[in-house]
Amino acid sequence: MRDDLHDLLKTYEGRPAAVSGRGPDPVNVPMIRHWCEAMGDTDPAYAGPGPVAPPTMLQAWTLPGLGGPGGEAAGRTGPYRELMALLDAAGCTAVIATDCEQEYLRPLRPGDVITFDSVIASVSPRKTTRLGAGHFVTTRTEIRANGELAGTHLFRFLKYAPAGRAGDRPARPRPVINRDNAGFWDGIAARKLLLQRCDACGRPRFPWLPGCGDCGSPEWTAVDASGAGTVFSYVVMHHPPFPAFDPPYAVGLIELAEGVRMISNVVGVEPERVRVGMPVVLEFVRVDDDLVLPLFRPAGEEAA
Amino acid sequence: MTPAPEPGDVLPSLTVPVTRTLIVAGAIASRDYQDVHHDAEAARAKGAPDIFMNILTTNGLVGRYITDRLGPGAVLRKVSIRLGVPNYPGDTLLLTGSINSICADERLAEGAARLAEVAVVGTNSLGRHVTGTVTVALPGTRPAREVS
Repeated sequence: MRDDLHDLLKTYEGRPAAVSGRGPDPVNVPMIRHWCEAMGDTDPAYAGPGPVAPPTMLQAWTLPGLGGPGGEAAGRTGPYRELMALLDAAGCTAVIATDCEQEYLRPLRPGDVITFDSVIASVSPRKTTRLGAGHFVTTRTEIRANGELAGTHLFRFLKYAPAGRAGDRPARPRPVINRDNAGFWDGIAARKLLLQRCDACGRPRFPWLPGCGDCGSPEWTAVDASGAGTVFSYVVMHHPPFPAFDPPYAVGLIELAEGVRMISNVVGVEPERVRVGMPVVLEFVRVDDDLVLPLFRPAGEEAA
Repeated sequence: MTPAPEPGDVLPSLTVPVTRTLIVAGAIASRDYQDVHHDAEAARAKGAPDIFMNILTTNGLVGRYITDRLGPGAVLRKVSIRLGVPNYPGDTLLLTGSINSICADERLAEGAARLAEVAVVGTNSLGRHVTGTVTVALPGTRPAREVS
């Protein structure tokens, strides 16, 4: 498949990512100490009189941190910023580093002034990863100390469109269907709200269970509920938000005309107008391609 | 004194608890203010379940592991790592290494120094967090600290 974006991205290969970049701070003892504290590194070469910097700090000396003017992009070239902007515009707004290859040519010591030049080595075709789809960008950087080559650094990162970002709303949770309640969900698929009625004592029950809670009989018959009910109790959910739902919304305990209660949403009315005792009627709502749910809305003149 | 390492030797492992503090301290010490390394909400918005360790901290831990096991006096020459599954808070990173090869250090004219190439693997509860290769000048075969 032709990848127009990749064709464009590839034109940035070989172009500079940083030209005569300058490390914000010369190599210094406090930053070395903070690094060693964080890493738990007690190598005596990095402490005491005449320390060297841990070689793996190489990249850290080049990073702008929160930066001054220009922030994170400080010191980056026009082509590099353009490449990042193209990827951002393609939805690839997130970054995760994947590879780091460093060679240390000479130790870095306090007082060394760090300068660097970097080139965009490659931009991969679009790849799909667990985090999302995007492009791998590789840069190659030469780091100098007081003008002398001190190390090389190949860095690869994935610039990707996060899977599951706003707009790709997660689906509502699926019902857990087992042999005890399969009949109920078969009924829903056929747009029927089925209750169980005990064959021995005649008591209706809901939710579906293998035996009667009253007399213990395992014999039962499915009966079609009328769909009429009243709000026995309810809550309006504001917090915590759940990704598949838009708060606020009303969750009602609905007492059906048959005498059993079920939990469902009360829809078709502002959540704050739901009241205990409010008459409601059943409505089957298709919430997505694979799921129909029995919800309730106010009956008669209560309807919004 | 421990005997000089030979190809095939397995280095003792290093266990690193991946605390939230380590992740944040490592990110800040490495000057990496990407929000995914300190802001859990921002990390979730970008598809991760929580903050995760930045590559510079992993690199630093790999370097520490090698010099801890082969030093003091061991000097890192090359560190190449590739990240796999992330290091999330509450996990444990187990670093293991084995000597691939030993060779003379061509960089020193006298040829007295020996370089070890070490294969490193770091695993956590999710799988392989890091695989890499480290080239290190072994102690006792050259000055512990280069003179400039």
